[in-house]
Amino acid sequence: MVVYLWNLLDLVLAGLVVALGWAAVASADLKRGIVLFIAFGLLLAIIWARLNAPDLALAEAAIGAGLSGALLLAALRDEPHTGDVIGFTRGPVAWATTVLSLVVAGTVAWALLHAHAAADPIRLADKVTVHLEHSGVSNPVTAVLLNYRAYDTLLELAVLLAAALGIMAVGPARPAYKPAGPLFGALVYWLVPLLIVIGGYLLWVGAHAPGGAFQAGALLAAAAVMLRLGGNPAAGLPGPVAQRWLLVCGVAVFISVGLLVTVGGHAFLQYPHGWSGMLILLIEIAATLAIATTLALAYVGGTTPASQGTLSEQQIKNHRASD
Amino acid sequence: MLATDLIYSIAGVALFALGLRAALLHRTLLGRILAINICGAGIFLVFVALGYRGPDLVPDAVPHALVLTGIVVAVSATALALALGRRLREAGDE
Repeated sequence: MVVYLWNLLDLVLAGLVVALGWAAVASADLKRGIVLFIAFGLLLAIIWARLNAPDLALAEAAIGAGLSGALLLAALRDEPHTGDVIGFTRGPVAWATTVLSLVVAGTVAWALLHAHAAADPIRLADKVTVHLEHSGVSNPVTAVLLNYRAYDTLLELAVLLAAALGIMAVGPARPAYKPAGPLFGALVYWLVPLLIVIGGYLLWVGAHAPGGAFQAGALLAAAAVMLRLGGNPAAGLPGPVAQRWLLVCGVAVFISVGLLVTVGGHAFLQYPHGWSGMLILLIEIAATLAIATTLALAYVGGTTPASQGTLSEQQIKNHRASD
Repeated sequence: MLATDLIYSIAGVALFALGLRAALLHRTLLGRILAINICGAGIFLVFVALGYRGPDLVPDAVPHALVLTGIVVAVSATALALALGRRLREAGDE
């Protein structure tokens, strides 16, 4: 009986997530679509929790729904005339695309059904569990990310760095927001320290419970988004030189640790016995800073001068004129 | 409990397909980026559903780690795409 109730919940969640995804992409009004996309991300976070993936639930809520949504909304603010533009291709091309999508979906679904019916697959999960005590951490996801598949994570940080370089290359920062009113200002003053503390907690707890560098970095970036919305033009980021150091520190520390262990006769990124926990924490601290800086930079839209406490009178006048 | 992974992986396939269709048919850049994000979420859903091993077993951590990587790569790709789009529009205005 309980099993059927769980499956009923699964059907409701799966149906809702598909419906929200459909509504988000089919909406003619882009702003509505983006808001639906944020709701979609939050529902997806609930599904990750249902599928016993709390690390993903945290990351999805902070990054997938929160920061992606904030980035899309900021981009929508740049667009001069949206909302009235209905941008869908129609006619025979649309029909052909629909048929193509259905064929792709049908093929993949058929393959999945066959894979599902096949005998119990050989899983890497058992290997993860067997070697977990030697990995330096007890959270299996962190162990996979920073020990077994450390190369993946190193290259992922390189991808983030490349994206940050691209963003810095293509444009100056977006114009800042007006300083917040008293109500929102008070909220910023309360939330930003709280976000920083929770970020630090998630970074530390990631070794043995859900959390880690990505979630922590996302929360710090969320604090930066709050600061920017509150009227801080640089979103709390330090000056341009320090920004560059923060952007590269993730990759730099990762590679340095990888090379340093080779001095002791180990392979690249093969942590010496007993040292893994400390080295993983060191890499994660650097990765958190790099991720937070990259995401904050993406939200700002380019390099900015150092943070100032408040905007100058002239800047405020300019913003009021532009709004 | 076997049905759970199947339900979510089929939902993932559906999201992938509707995201793909919308990414091809949307005329605005923002709409396309949004659709590609939905498409990616569908792939993540298939992946994590396949890593689910019922309520009593610890789920497979490898797909979780890969999807976590994927979420971060998706947001950085989105950010870069939006920055390029902004530059393109500015170049068009000039």
